[in-house]
Amino acid sequence: MNGFKDAGHLFRFAGLFVVAFLVFWVVRGFVVPKSFGQYGHYRAAAVSEYAARPVKFAGHQACEACHTDIASTKAGGKHAQVNCEACHGALAKHAEDPTSLTPPKPDTAVLCVRCHAASAAKPKDFPQIDAVSHANGVPCETCHNPHSPAIGAPPAAAKGGAQ
Amino acid sequence: MNITRRHILILLPAAAVAWKSVLAGTPEDSPNYNMSEHWWGMLIDISKCIGCGNCVRACQTENDLPDGFFRTWVERYHRSDWHLENPEVISPDGGKEGFPSVQDDPGGEYFFVPKMCNHCADSPCTQVCPVGATFISPDGVVLIDQTYCMGCAYCVQACPYGCRYIHPTKKVADKCTLCYHRITKGLTTACCEACPTGTRQLADLKNPKDPIHEFLKTHKVQVLKPQLATGAKAFYNDLDGSVR
Repeated sequence: MNGFKDAGHLFRFAGLFVVAFLVFWVVRGFVVPKSFGQYGHYRAAAVSEYAARPVKFAGHQACEACHTDIASTKAGGKHAQVNCEACHGALAKHAEDPTSLTPPKPDTAVLCVRCHAASAAKPKDFPQIDAVSHANGVPCETCHNPHSPAIGAPPAAAKGGAQ
Repeated sequence: MNITRRHILILLPAAAVAWKSVLAGTPEDSPNYNMSEHWWGMLIDISKCIGCGNCVRACQTENDLPDGFFRTWVERYHRSDWHLENPEVISPDGGKEGFPSVQDDPGGEYFFVPKMCNHCADSPCTQVCPVGATFISPDGVVLIDQTYCMGCAYCVQACPYGCRYIHPTKKVADKCTLCYHRITKGLTTACCEACPTGTRQLADLKNPKDPIHEFLKTHKVQVLKPQLATGAKAFYNDLDGSVR
């Protein structure tokens, strides 16, 4: 045992390291979130937190479940692929509880030209108009049913309420 | 039964492993949604975009974004006939309220390019995060753990597509989540839902029935900045060579 005769200070120092490591380990156990590292170098619970956020756009399936008349008008027209909330705005609240929120009727003067105002940058086969020369102030829905916009297409259902 | 030193040597690590799994807890998955069955991306068909800005407004509504900050935006390119390198690009207020009309046509090509997070499979932004706040989820969506982010903005600088920003009030990094709260519920993203022309289509690359596979086979589809090998999953159809 002669080799360890004057090594007491080394053992004390080593002990200090062991204690420091244990303290580090315990503190780490407390401060690192529980799901950290489950899928990778991040907090796995963040993924389910994102998934739990509420939606604001209900999705066209929710609209079509009640508004079957509009859905069938739209399905046969040029706007078949335009989803309801593209024009009517985010209406998840209305879809959850129809009485809680009555969707405002969109202003066609703003809405239609947003897509159909002529622009050199739009695809050539996309129907475009010069708003002034085309209608001269007459509201779009006088001639076009927004749900099936071709002239001569079936007229708009009176109010468009749920069946 | 006598507990020998051998038993303790075996039991202790086993107990440690068991305790760790207790601490980790059980994941709270959405019902009927299995992360390992999906690998999300987006198809953007330039030839259909009319620059209406519906996607920009929908994104801002769905995600309560502050004014002047965009998770998706639309650019209008003007590329001259003789010079591919320096297109003129405008995006007034992210294209949210449309674009000014072209007065005198100076020639060349005009077209719209919707931009968003490319949800790269080898994303530069997640690689530089020093604290593990941003990550690629098991279903291929680049997300930010905003409770973990400290707002150092390394990722904002690292993103070659300019898709991240520091949120003005939260003071942490913010970006497109590919509407993770929607796609895990079986809905499409807000921008896809609001797009009137079908320019944007959410794509599940792990779903063999997804129309994206047929589209990728039959069209000349590109990603932005392919030379950076980011594994971008925003696929652009009909992309002009001048787009950066």
